[in-house]
Amino acid sequence: MKEIILIAIPFAAAIIALVWPKEDTRPWLLPAAALPHSGLSLWMFLDPPTWNPALWLGFDPIARAVLPAVSILFLACAGYGVSYLKTRKERPNRVFIATLLALTGLITLSLLAQHLGLLWVAAEGATLATVPLLHFNGTPRAFEATWKYLLVGGTGIALSLLGAFFLGYSSMHSGGEGDLTFTGLKAAAGSLSKPWLLAAWVLLLAGFGTKMGLAPMHTWKPDAYGEAPGMIGAMLAGGMTTVAFVALLRVRAVVSAAGLESIASLTLLCLGLFSMIIAALFLLGTPDFKRMLAYSSVEHMGILTIGASIGVGGLGAALFHVWSNVLTKGALFLSAGNLRRAAGARTNIEVAGMTWVTPLSSRIFVVGLLAVTACPPFGPFFSELGILRAAVGSHQYITATIFLVCLLLAFIGMTRLVFSIVDGRPRKAAWNTASLREAAGTVAPPLLLLAASLWLGLFTPRFLLEVWSSAAQILIPIP
Amino acid sequence: MNASLNLFTGVAMGLNLLALGSSRIPSIIRAAAMQGMVIGILPLLIGSHMTLLGLLVAVGTIGIKGFLIPHLLRRAMRSANVDREEEPLIGFVPSLLLGAAATTGAVAFSGALPLLPEHSNVLLVPAALATVVAGLLLLIGRTKAISQVCGYLLLENGIYLFGLLLINAMPLVVETGILLDLTVGVFVIGIIADRIQRAFDTLDTRKLTSLHE
Repeated sequence: MKEIILIAIPFAAAIIALVWPKEDTRPWLLPAAALPHSGLSLWMFLDPPTWNPALWLGFDPIARAVLPAVSILFLACAGYGVSYLKTRKERPNRVFIATLLALTGLITLSLLAQHLGLLWVAAEGATLATVPLLHFNGTPRAFEATWKYLLVGGTGIALSLLGAFFLGYSSMHSGGEGDLTFTGLKAAAGSLSKPWLLAAWVLLLAGFGTKMGLAPMHTWKPDAYGEAPGMIGAMLAGGMTTVAFVALLRVRAVVSAAGLESIASLTLLCLGLFSMIIAALFLLGTPDFKRMLAYSSVEHMGILTIGASIGVGGLGAALFHVWSNVLTKGALFLSAGNLRRAAGARTNIEVAGMTWVTPLSSRIFVVGLLAVTACPPFGPFFSELGILRAAVGSHQYITATIFLVCLLLAFIGMTRLVFSIVDGRPRKAAWNTASLREAAGTVAPPLLLLAASLWLGLFTPRFLLEVWSSAAQILIPIP
Repeated sequence: MNASLNLFTGVAMGLNLLALGSSRIPSIIRAAAMQGMVIGILPLLIGSHMTLLGLLVAVGTIGIKGFLIPHLLRRAMRSANVDREEEPLIGFVPSLLLGAAATTGAVAFSGALPLLPEHSNVLLVPAALATVVAGLLLLIGRTKAISQVCGYLLLENGIYLFGLLLINAMPLVVETGILLDLTVGVFVIGIIADRIQRAFDTLDTRKLTSLHE
């Protein structure tokens, strides 16, 4: 019952947003939905309701291990949204708010879905809901980014539907009556048709990998994150990628149960390493700080995937990294949005000296940069350390070396760009728009997210570690 | 039953080649529209039990894929003043040959696949694989947004054909999947094609180059 309420809250708010008459009060619907959503998800986290594996929806240990982080991110974005939309009075916000709320509902639904078909429907819906959000700015560049997103994302989602059909066909070989719940599939894993299952894994990996933004299916990501408002970038990089990662983990559990664990791990490892390498190389060159965040997101998706490929220990650390990534990326995207608005540009050729123009956001951005490049004592440092330890512990020294080199390159690339933006003498154009003072509403949410990331690193609560490792044990049934 | 089923799937496979080989955009749209209608009839031939949702899917598929989407595409084409694919990335003859190779390959390959006994002498699996490949070829090989949308349509048609294998075992999943794919996915793509054309005054995706490294 609580699951359904959790999904219904944002949807109900989305419907209200559609009929709400006043432009300037409509943004308050975002926190009005986010507060009960995060409250309820924290309550469910602390006191998990019983879940029935036969149902299509359930708050299982895996949802428990990731959902609260996404809900906290939504709360921060909602708070930010109220102030942000106040500065964007020239754009009508009815569709924006309604689709953002619907997107949150669909993300929640996908994380709770225990049925492959339902999961696919929710993920597809979330992809489509993103479209109006991406071209909120209405510029030709935003349309271009949206078109690329639709074409690449649509193909990805189509391939994952084909993968879902393959998995369904594979289950028909076991005389299954079309039970596509993950529990049912795992129970029948032994009698699934292996060739179809393998083909399904490849297609679902390509499809959900596209949504996650794993290289080489990441090409939509820099464009979309670069053109979308900062808070949408945060929701995509924190929420949508988590949905796709969890979807991959759920399918992978079926593949492992059918005895193909080694192939599943190997494919995940290759994609993860490739994503990290590609992201590190592009981070060294990009002049645009919003596209930089997109490549950093590709890098972190690579880290998650590598973690997921190294057994139970690595997967537990990867779930930890989901939290670090969501909180830190949220802080970075929101503060980057502030910088972008004040500077009126996004490349280090046009932007400099932002510490003078937007002192608070620039400081948050710099600290966020240190956090996301795995400087202690923030969350990402400890989660990445966990993945590294799992890699060394299972004697994957080559993986560990590539992992470290890529982290170093990403650190060099990102610090190069960020410091050239915050240091130096501000450009004239920036001074003119500096009248747009930093409002508490646009500074507090990223600051709180950053504080949460710091807290996660310094005082990782024992019960969170237990939640992550128990989810990992369910996802990889064989020790 | 299998004879008429195979006849229709064979026609759908032929339409792939028609779409791949033609340089004029109206004929690509027509091929995609006809394929949409042909595959829309198929569930009526397979369905052992006719449900309301099943009927809705058949009517919806024929109506949307056969009439609505082609209409939107033709309108976008007229307003953007393009009706010819001038410089495809993969030429018409090479893509036709690749499509033909994929079709024969799919027929040969599906003989080696572990199919259920009731599916061993229907053409659905090779047709699905060939159509998916043809759709991807159009998506990758063409530069005009409308041709790419047609490629996406073909890709969806291929997935739909595969879905028909499951329609008796898990009708709900397949039918909702098809319906969702149908209504929203391509619909939004149609709108975006329209928006692009208004914003750029072109439907040539090669001109979408302001975003790059």
